[in-house]
Amino acid sequence: MPEVLTAPLVVEFPFTRSLGPVQSAFLTGLRERVVLGVRTADGRTLVPPVEYDPVTAEEIRDLVHVGSTGTVTTWAWNPAPRRGQPLDTPFAWVLVRLDGADTALLHALDAPGPDAVHSGMRVRVRWAAERSGAITDIACFEPYAADDGDDSQVTVHAGEFEDPVTGIVAAARLDYTYSPGRAQTAFITALTDRKLVGERCPSCRKVYVPPRGACPTCGLATSEQVEVGPRGTVTTFCIVNIKAKNLDIEVPYVYAHIALDGADLALHGRIGGIPYDQVRMGLRVEAVWADDSRYPDHYRPTDEPDADYDTYKELL
Amino acid sequence: MSKEPVAVVGVGQTKHVAARRDVSIAGLVREAARRALDDAELDWADIDAVVIGKAPDFFEGVMMPELYLADALGAVGKPMLRVHTAGSVGGSTALVAASLVAARVHGTVLTLAFEKQSESNAMWGLSLPIPFQQPLLAGAGGFFAPHVRAYMRRSGAPDTVGSLVAYKNRRNALKNPYAHLHEHDITLEKVQASPMLWDPIRYSETCPSSDGACAMVLTDRAGAARAPRPPAWMHGGAMRSEPTLFAGKDCVSPQAGKDCAADVYRQAGITDPRREIDAVEMYVPFSWYEPMWLENLGFADEGEGWKLTEAGVTELDGDLPVDMSGGVLSSNPIGASGMIRFAEAALQVRGQAGEHQVDGARRVLGHAYGGGSQFFSMWLVGSEPPG
Repeated sequence: MPEVLTAPLVVEFPFTRSLGPVQSAFLTGLRERVVLGVRTADGRTLVPPVEYDPVTAEEIRDLVHVGSTGTVTTWAWNPAPRRGQPLDTPFAWVLVRLDGADTALLHALDAPGPDAVHSGMRVRVRWAAERSGAITDIACFEPYAADDGDDSQVTVHAGEFEDPVTGIVAAARLDYTYSPGRAQTAFITALTDRKLVGERCPSCRKVYVPPRGACPTCGLATSEQVEVGPRGTVTTFCIVNIKAKNLDIEVPYVYAHIALDGADLALHGRIGGIPYDQVRMGLRVEAVWADDSRYPDHYRPTDEPDADYDTYKELL
Repeated sequence: MSKEPVAVVGVGQTKHVAARRDVSIAGLVREAARRALDDAELDWADIDAVVIGKAPDFFEGVMMPELYLADALGAVGKPMLRVHTAGSVGGSTALVAASLVAARVHGTVLTLAFEKQSESNAMWGLSLPIPFQQPLLAGAGGFFAPHVRAYMRRSGAPDTVGSLVAYKNRRNALKNPYAHLHEHDITLEKVQASPMLWDPIRYSETCPSSDGACAMVLTDRAGAARAPRPPAWMHGGAMRSEPTLFAGKDCVSPQAGKDCAADVYRQAGITDPRREIDAVEMYVPFSWYEPMWLENLGFADEGEGWKLTEAGVTELDGDLPVDMSGGVLSSNPIGASGMIRFAEAALQVRGQAGEHQVDGARRVLGHAYGGGSQFFSMWLVGSEPPG
């Protein structure tokens, strides 16, 4: 049996976020080197600010300007920073209660080693040189000697700025190692010989192609391999008139469900070798392989007469 | 011991639009929740638990958004549950919330579903390129269009039926202030002249992409007695699922949908849905799904659903109105779409549906489906308590 395939799979997407009034003020403030919190009805100051009081659920909008110095409430040493983290040298994750705030903010502390970090230590914001209205406008925190001056004055702030930030882009990236598993590996390996090989359920005898390693109806593992096709019947289809950005196929083209001879479930493929508007349900087709592709490039008509509706209607 | 009767005493929606850039996700859900509480004349402290639903986290890229939304929904210190069943999730979420009341676990539950599609890319979220796999050849419409063609072949329906549904639902949406699409100049000719995207599905026969949220307050008999407005009573509710694809799957009329409807009707004592149910809020993201689901839900025999549509039976003033609100075809904040169907059904039996009210609606079905026609959730609500 061939070794099970694996391959890296990286998923990246730049999500957008609408900030709403409170986060807009907070992030725009960071751009202007101002840290804003929000005041609750019972007089607590929450930093970072939230839109709704966690205790009463009331909407809260009273912004205040808090200090850019504060106290570490707890911390954890990060010996091996990963891609995208605030610093690329070892640092401490810290919860910092800024002067004037009643809650703590999570950020990074630039420190030479874990021995230089302790709860209760005084720290201050190190502002990023280039600021855009994002949490990364705080480059990190750094140790701070109290006699450098006190910045703990808390003042009411309207939260209004020129050119406020109303949205941000939150880039997401996920790194996986993907494996299609044993059954799909066998299917993919057979494709290199231009064979379409499915698996038969030991109980209901249905042939699945591509195989899944188990029958979804009976819940039993499948292992008996069955070569199907290369001819089959178009059970149904649509004509695609809009170009997909990741596909190099001219529109219009026909996307069809094809029941390969010997399979009990249609697979999906493109129909070629016939004008798109002449494709029909029941059309008999066969796989066409291109030199550079793992899968059949498309399916083209054979010289057989169309299949009777009754022969494939149960496959719709 | 019998179940506690479940009543809907508050309904709230946002105005569904292409992009709500003025609010965060928290602000969006808050708006719907506040409106539902206001409708019920209740406040956050009156709520015992919160049940929230949305489509995949990947749509907005916020992992487990329910955690971040606890403050906005007054859930701090209370049980909060997240439900996910793809496009049917709005319905399933309401049913999970209802089960908490029916089982007397909680007296009053806030349930809510949302999607902020403008911050996401659903097409991308649903079709990640996978190593070794053939790229998908079509989007969501391309997935469903072949099933529509199969329905047309099976039923012999004339190819104009889909356009009739789209034209009806878009006109209904004009009577619903919360609907996303308000196409004041819509005509049947315009629908029929719109571009064919995934033949046989035209552009005007597809749903929009929306930002929106929907919330309901569900309560027990005692809560209903205190309600300021007439409640909607739940007479039956069910969920069913089946694999996306399996040998023997009926992609036109999935067994799970039939079984789900049968369960709801059994609970509600319905033996002839066509005669005993007054209206339906049906999950129809592509117009042809109206006749398909009419059959799947037992309102018509197999192959006959399109005849109801063609005869005008499903029009707002017809004998069995379908999608009085304009339906998914007029507003589609995906995660919320199922709950909107359930909530609109409740509004109808409460007599609170405004301009799209069906006179004398006493029993209305709310329906949702999701994934590759593999998850189904439905409820039947009535103007009178269950018998």
